[in-house]
Amino acid sequence: MLRYTLFRILGAIPTLLLVIALAFMMVRAAPGGPFDAEYIPSTEVEKNLRDAYGLDDPLPQQFLTYLSGLLRGDLGPSIRQTGYSVAELIGEALPYSFLLGATAMLLALLLGVGAGTVAALRQGSLLDRTITGLSLTGISIPVFVVAPVLVLLFAVKLQWLPAGWGSARGAATWVLPVVTLALPQLAYVARLMRASMIDVLSSDFVRTARAQGLGTATIVRVHALKPAMLPVISYLGPAVAGILTGSVVVEEVFGIPGLGEMFVRAALNRDYTLVLGVVVFYASLIVALNLVVDILYGVIDPRVRYR
Amino acid sequence: MSRAVKIPLAFLAAVAAMAVIGPFLSPHEYMTTNFDHLLAAPGSGSAHVFGTDDLGRDLFVRTMMGIRITLTVAIVASLVSLVIGVAYGAIAGFAGGRVDAVMMRFVDTLYALPFIFFVILLMVAFERNFLLIFVAIGAVNWLDMARIVRGQTLSLREREFVAAARLTGVSSWRIITRHIAPNLLGIVIVYVTLAIPQAILVESFLSFLGLGVQEPQTSLGALVNAGVGHMETAAWTLLIPAGVLALILLCFNFLGDGLRDQFDARKAR
Repeated sequence: MLRYTLFRILGAIPTLLLVIALAFMMVRAAPGGPFDAEYIPSTEVEKNLRDAYGLDDPLPQQFLTYLSGLLRGDLGPSIRQTGYSVAELIGEALPYSFLLGATAMLLALLLGVGAGTVAALRQGSLLDRTITGLSLTGISIPVFVVAPVLVLLFAVKLQWLPAGWGSARGAATWVLPVVTLALPQLAYVARLMRASMIDVLSSDFVRTARAQGLGTATIVRVHALKPAMLPVISYLGPAVAGILTGSVVVEEVFGIPGLGEMFVRAALNRDYTLVLGVVVFYASLIVALNLVVDILYGVIDPRVRYR
Repeated sequence: MSRAVKIPLAFLAAVAAMAVIGPFLSPHEYMTTNFDHLLAAPGSGSAHVFGTDDLGRDLFVRTMMGIRITLTVAIVASLVSLVIGVAYGAIAGFAGGRVDAVMMRFVDTLYALPFIFFVILLMVAFERNFLLIFVAIGAVNWLDMARIVRGQTLSLREREFVAAARLTGVSSWRIITRHIAPNLLGIVIVYVTLAIPQAILVESFLSFLGLGVQEPQTSLGALVNAGVGHMETAAWTLLIPAGVLALILLCFNFLGDGLRDQFDARKAR
């Protein structure tokens, strides 16, 4: 197991480097310089500025400087919001996004696994067909359509829930954003879970368990749930990516001051360093999560360790 | 063809036909503003079937133009991903061994990336133009295609007719184009049907954020975004484009699912 874990960690490092290099190059290749919007009194001042940020160093050296900054948690200064570092800005926005994303993820996993299992147990029934149809619908309809429609229905027309940020009503403000964000992932998890549960339920060891007289509930809980969860676990990486993408829209629609909203604002303002910082942060997060998923996979299914 | 294929296909054909013909049937232009009819409600009595937006532009024509752009971007982008994915997957699968391992390891690496953020970065770093949207979306979507084609090629490669072709001295290139590619057709069609809604999602996501298609051009994502601003007073500006977008996406996904079932069933037989 230790060997497997070490091997996986070593495998993740080149991926991470590739991601950072790719993002870094893209920003550097972009037309326009960081001081274009500012008043520069003379070429000498500009040269001093460029020296201060090391912009005239050879590109590989700049990349190494950026990397060593990253290791110390330094993502450089924001170009548009002078006086703030990228790390500070991310640190301010992160708690909102984290709370939102983690709650949505948890909701999606619990309900998705539950719904998928129920559908698999009653395969072909009306309930199964309803769940299957709803989950395909949930996968198809994008977050930026669901979010405003839910707001229109529950906040504007029915007035059950607050529409957005600021109209402080405590936990109620979180209901719509979390549900919106969770829906597509919930749908996908339910679909995966249903398919793999059907697969597992028709396997030999389940038949043996049945022959021994175990009830359906016990079979699912003790024998079938763990192997049936494997596809769901390997979906966790893409699910987090989906949640991050979705949170960009959800934060925008509900006006939550999180990372996604900040990212879009930075993108529209062409705040290169901030955009780069957020991309690097997200990418590292996803690579790290994929690593955790890989290791978790090895824990649950020992066979993959020896592949 | 089964019903699961026919029904979504018919819907899509109808929507596409409307998008092509619709603007010609309407007396309105998609970018003509009319300040006497700002946010006019839709209805048969009004001159505007779908109502108007905040600049008095006819929403029916704008929605049809939006469908045109959305579908065009999605189909072209899917073709880009098709070409890259099929070529990459077929080469990896046919070469096998170490070449295959390295090529697929690269795909795995790319899979781990938050691609949409790279697309946004790309849109920020360079001028936002149409071509870039195609390239960006195509670059995101070819991975699935490469994986599937590679798997299929790997199994086709071992089949008797390929061995027979090789024995009679047919070149590798000819084996790929004449013996393997035609057998990939079915599965490729299925996955193109599933790649199109993916591309629609990316395009409308970008347009929704204001990073995609620029005014006065429009796409369904941009229309939804505009609708969000007026949903409290003029719900139709949100609901109409949102409904059309949802319908198109649903149809493509149901179509892909139906085609896949049909394809699998034939394979199982």
